[in-house]
Amino acid sequence: MIRIPNAEIWDLHCHFSGVEGKTVDERIAQLMVYADRMNVDRLVFFMGWPWSTNPDPDEFRRQNDQVIQALTHWQDRAFGFAYLNPMYVEESLAEIDRCIANGPLVGIKLWVSRRCRDEEVDEIINKTAELKGVIYQHTWLKVSGNRETESTPEDLAKLASRHPGVPLICGHTGGDWERGIRAIQNHPNVSIGIGGSDPTAGFVEMAVRELGAERILYGSDIGGRSFSSQLAKVFGAEIPEAAKHLILGQNLKTMMTPILKSKGIQF
Amino acid sequence: MITDVNVNLSRWPFRRLPHDDPAQLVRKLRTSGITSAWAGSFDGVLHKDLASVNRRTVKDCETFGDGLLIPVGSINPMLPAWKDDMRRCREDHGMKIIRLHPNYHGYKLDNPIFGELLGLAVEQNFIVQIALKMEDERVHHPLMQVEMVDTTPLKELVEQHPNSKILIINGMKGLQKNRLIELAKTGNVSFEISMLEAVGGVENVLKLIPVEILLFGSYFPFFYLESALLKMQESELGNFRSNAIFSGNAKRLLAEN
Ligand SMILES: [Zn+2]
Repeated sequence: MIRIPNAEIWDLHCHFSGVEGKTVDERIAQLMVYADRMNVDRLVFFMGWPWSTNPDPDEFRRQNDQVIQALTHWQDRAFGFAYLNPMYVEESLAEIDRCIANGPLVGIKLWVSRRCRDEEVDEIINKTAELKGVIYQHTWLKVSGNRETESTPEDLAKLASRHPGVPLICGHTGGDWERGIRAIQNHPNVSIGIGGSDPTAGFVEMAVRELGAERILYGSDIGGRSFSSQLAKVFGAEIPEAAKHLILGQNLKTMMTPILKSKGIQF
Repeated sequence: MITDVNVNLSRWPFRRLPHDDPAQLVRKLRTSGITSAWAGSFDGVLHKDLASVNRRTVKDCETFGDGLLIPVGSINPMLPAWKDDMRRCREDHGMKIIRLHPNYHGYKLDNPIFGELLGLAVEQNFIVQIALKMEDERVHHPLMQVEMVDTTPLKELVEQHPNSKILIINGMKGLQKNRLIELAKTGNVSFEISMLEAVGGVENVLKLIPVEILLFGSYFPFFYLESALLKMQESELGNFRSNAIFSGNAKRLLAEN
């Protein structure tokens, strides 16, 4: 009934929400049951709970510890990015050392505490790039109004033009994807994450047309979202089978290969 | 057997969608295993001449899909002669289902006219679909920002019309848990899964509401049809519950009318 591509699926965007469980170990185990049902092979987790939009360094360290703990039993399937707050640049740089240079995490997640057009973010980008870490920046374009410190795809385009050699991920494609796709189009170092929005038909078709399949990354934003609604964006898109393979896993794998190799992580 | 209770014909006003012509729509439904689709019209959201919208809907359902499409009439009680539109849906077109867009049509559910409509719907044996939203509010067109329908008054109204049959569509993402449970308890209100989110969404919502009032809806072609289909796979449901959601509940609802 559903044509499920026979592809390796790597999920860029996972959280520990949407399931019960007091400990992160309990939660990740439950999430993996759903991942198994949906044939999702690898999952990238970032941030712990409860949510904190502007965490102080103690708080983002605590959340990163949750992620590191979650990975301990799932090293064959799960990866983690460090949650940082560019309002605390020094502490964020130290956290990159702790979690990526000297720890198991392989990228960073920047959320809504500071707009990524700000030059203060640059040091964090440079340091992560030196370590070959993956850089995920949340973006949204809400007609109802963004938070003042929430980045838009245009903000990410500015960041991208200051770091033309550094791969960057435009999280959510700005939510309003018809605008988000065009906002980052002329920055070939920017890929889009398609997770965390409604499965509106035409999204992935437009992205393939305007960016090429190589710049599109499947991710779900579980557990607030389902795997289903987000996989459907790729499974249901009217695009070639080869493009689906790239989007579902190959692109993220390629992007993560340098850091996984340098850390000696099997994949 | 799969009955999809939430499908739209014609064009979404703000973008072209893949499969937004009836031949393609029907082909996609069919190859995806959908055996029956309750098809309303995007035109019902903004058009004023709903009589012609409903005629076109019926015509498309007759022309395409060999009976796959079941026409759903659009009714807007803010327009003159809406009662005549309802009568035509029933008498001229033999429709059993109507669809409402209270937020796009500019009335709240505590407006007495909605109560009147519900009363007439009971008399004429209609299933009343209420679309709570059409699109994530954060990505609306800037000149067309429309709040989700507030269902607070619905419980009391349904109690006044104990034979009413209401199907909430596009509701599962914004509807609060306590409201969902309260409406479910009335026994007159059903729901569909198109906007249901979170991992294992279907099995989780069935901890809150009985399976008899949960129906399969995709919101195709606005949403990728695969989204709703995959949700049925993401949850561990078993045959009995799967069959009920996929078709049994919809069939029962329709047969009663
Ligand atoms: Zn997220």
